[in-house]
Amino acid sequence: MKYDTMLCGLIRKNRLAEDIFDFTVEAGKLAEAACPGQFAHIYVPGKTLRRPISICEIDRDHKTLRFVFQVRGEGTRLLSQAEPGDRLDILAPLGRGFDLGGTGRKAVFVGGGIGVPPLLEAAKPFGENAAVLAGFRSGNAVILKEDFERAGNRVMIATDDGSSGHHGLVTDLLAGLACDVIFACGPTPMLKAVCRAAKERGVPCQVSLEQRMACGVGACLGCAVRLRRETGEEYYGHVCKDGPVFDAAQVVWED
Amino acid sequence: MADLQVNIAGVPLKNPLIAASGTFGFGREYSEFYPLSTLGGISCKGITLRERPGNPPPRIAETPSGMLNAVGLQNPGVDHFIERDLPWLKTQGTVIIANIAGNTPEDYCKMAEKLSGTDVDMVELNISCPNVKQGGVQFGTSCAGVESITAAVRRFCKKPLMVKLSPNVSDIGEIAAAAEAAGADAISMINTLTGMRIDINTRRPVLRNNTGGLSGPALLPVAVRMVWQASRRVKIPIVGMGGISQWQDAVELLLAGASALQIGTAFFTDPYAPVKIRDGLQQYLDRNGVASVAELTGAIRPW
Ligand SMILES: Cc1cc2nc3c(=O)[nH]c(=O)nc-3n(C[C@H](O)[C@H](O)[C@H](O)COP(=O)(O)OP(=O)(O)OC[C@H]3O[C@@H](n4cnc5c(N)ncnc54)[C@H](O)[C@@H]3O)c2cc1C
Ligand SMILES: Cc1cc2nc3c(=O)[nH]c(=O)nc-3n(C[C@H](O)[C@H](O)[C@H](O)COP(=O)(O)O)c2cc1C
Ligand code: FES
Repeated sequence: MKYDTMLCGLIRKNRLAEDIFDFTVEAGKLAEAACPGQFAHIYVPGKTLRRPISICEIDRDHKTLRFVFQVRGEGTRLLSQAEPGDRLDILAPLGRGFDLGGTGRKAVFVGGGIGVPPLLEAAKPFGENAAVLAGFRSGNAVILKEDFERAGNRVMIATDDGSSGHHGLVTDLLAGLACDVIFACGPTPMLKAVCRAAKERGVPCQVSLEQRMACGVGACLGCAVRLRRETGEEYYGHVCKDGPVFDAAQVVWED
Repeated sequence: MADLQVNIAGVPLKNPLIAASGTFGFGREYSEFYPLSTLGGISCKGITLRERPGNPPPRIAETPSGMLNAVGLQNPGVDHFIERDLPWLKTQGTVIIANIAGNTPEDYCKMAEKLSGTDVDMVELNISCPNVKQGGVQFGTSCAGVESITAAVRRFCKKPLMVKLSPNVSDIGEIAAAAEAAGADAISMINTLTGMRIDINTRRPVLRNNTGGLSGPALLPVAVRMVWQASRRVKIPIVGMGGISQWQDAVELLLAGASALQIGTAFFTDPYAPVKIRDGLQQYLDRNGVASVAELTGAIRPW
């Protein structure tokens, strides 16, 4: 099995910030098959389209998956109303996640806002070799700091209003930080800046992208993203199947 | 157990449920869920004479009980389909339908000619793609257009020819009759209804293409009405689609006049939808003592 649908019992629900929810579900074979950076396509009763949410943590021993999501519109609002004991219809694990390579390398993880959770499972195996740069609106929007620290990662916070950590952009924290590889997830302007910095340093960089999805498995060609082959030729790939994680050198940023 | 088999233009299907073009790719992704032989048939992603890159994103927008798409016929071209996709598809134990779209009548004829030399089971003429300037929709919205393109392709197509109709017309019955008169062996309907959504914060259309094709449950009543209207004008079989998401919808479209069905957007909500619809249909037939699904076709009792 590469992926499948399953009715997954919600076993833990927490609220991490005003509009951010943390779900852990029993996911059986889906959890066993999952890799860091992959995503799930979650059915919301009454909605025609499922909602793509990244896998935040995988617990293979207990066969659970963790998702952290922000309420953005109607679908995520309905999802946030699920209670422990309810069952969620989950299609997972989908897409290509992070290619971690050697975890003895110095890695930097850069996350912006709700782009932080997809980095957790990938950062854990790097332990002390990982610096996690996480940017938020303000101090009360900071999430998952302790989770990264528990894995031994060094966490640096940046906030827009300076109420926690560095006052400014999360990408400011990249300055002077030596590394062998960069992993990033967050809003497009942040990703663009991270890719630029990686290129200047000649460091490989992987980014996790978003696009509106229908099937989630690569059949409908809905979630197009402009990519570049090594030959320089450009084409539309698909976030759900070719990604959501891409090598930064592949991505052609559109406005 | 009631018989689920149907026959469309000489092609036997083990059940009336066909995957709708563009929602199922070339089958590989959904073969992860169940053997493709579960389906009566597969209408493949629309192909064109040459590879097409498709439209820029966003290509998808959700709508009340449905969605818009503006994929723009991204596909690898007919030769790639014949060499790389068709051989694998033909080993899957289901009927394979090639869905073709073109800029010019010559494009359509060339593709029909190429496909006639393969073991594809049927050709579906897409003259109704609303998402590309030259997606054939200019042929699909007037009787003269439908008649001329169908007649032209008919001369080159040695396979059963199914013409897929656009709902973006004022008199669907006339259009269906034009396709039949020009030599179509079957009709499939309906393609998507052109729609649009606007992001009220940015004041920009959600789709980069501005407009897109509406599919999903919102389309069902339009499909039922149009299949019913068309079925009163033609003798050739109609493959009905548009918004089927549960077995009851399938029964409605059959009663309205469809001989087989295609399922599209329902795959996105639930990849197992066709299995559930097939089983629900089977139970409905058995419960009502109907011996064969074919007996439902056109069995509506209109007022
Ligand atoms: C691969 C991937 C991973 C994601 N991981 C996470 C995550 O871990 N946590 C999290 O909070 N969010 C994540 N998102 C974003 C999340 O999918 C959207 O916030 C969500 O779909 C919004 O749904 P809604 O009904 O609340 O919003 P609405 O705006 O009402 O949704 C309308 C439609 O647009 C789609 N849509 C809206 N915003 C987005 C978006 N940013 N990306 C894709 N589709 C969108 C919806 O799915 C729906 O089809 C991810 C997106 C992708 C593509
Ligand atoms: C993402 C998407 C892509 C589609 N691509 C094609 C296509 O290439 N050719 C075609 O004839 N119809 C295409 N269609 C239309 C469907 O085959 C079908 O006619 C329509 O979606 C209505 O059925 P549904 O409501 O069950 O989805 C597409 C539909 C969707 C949603
Ligand atoms: S969502 Fe269908 S191809 Fe990606």
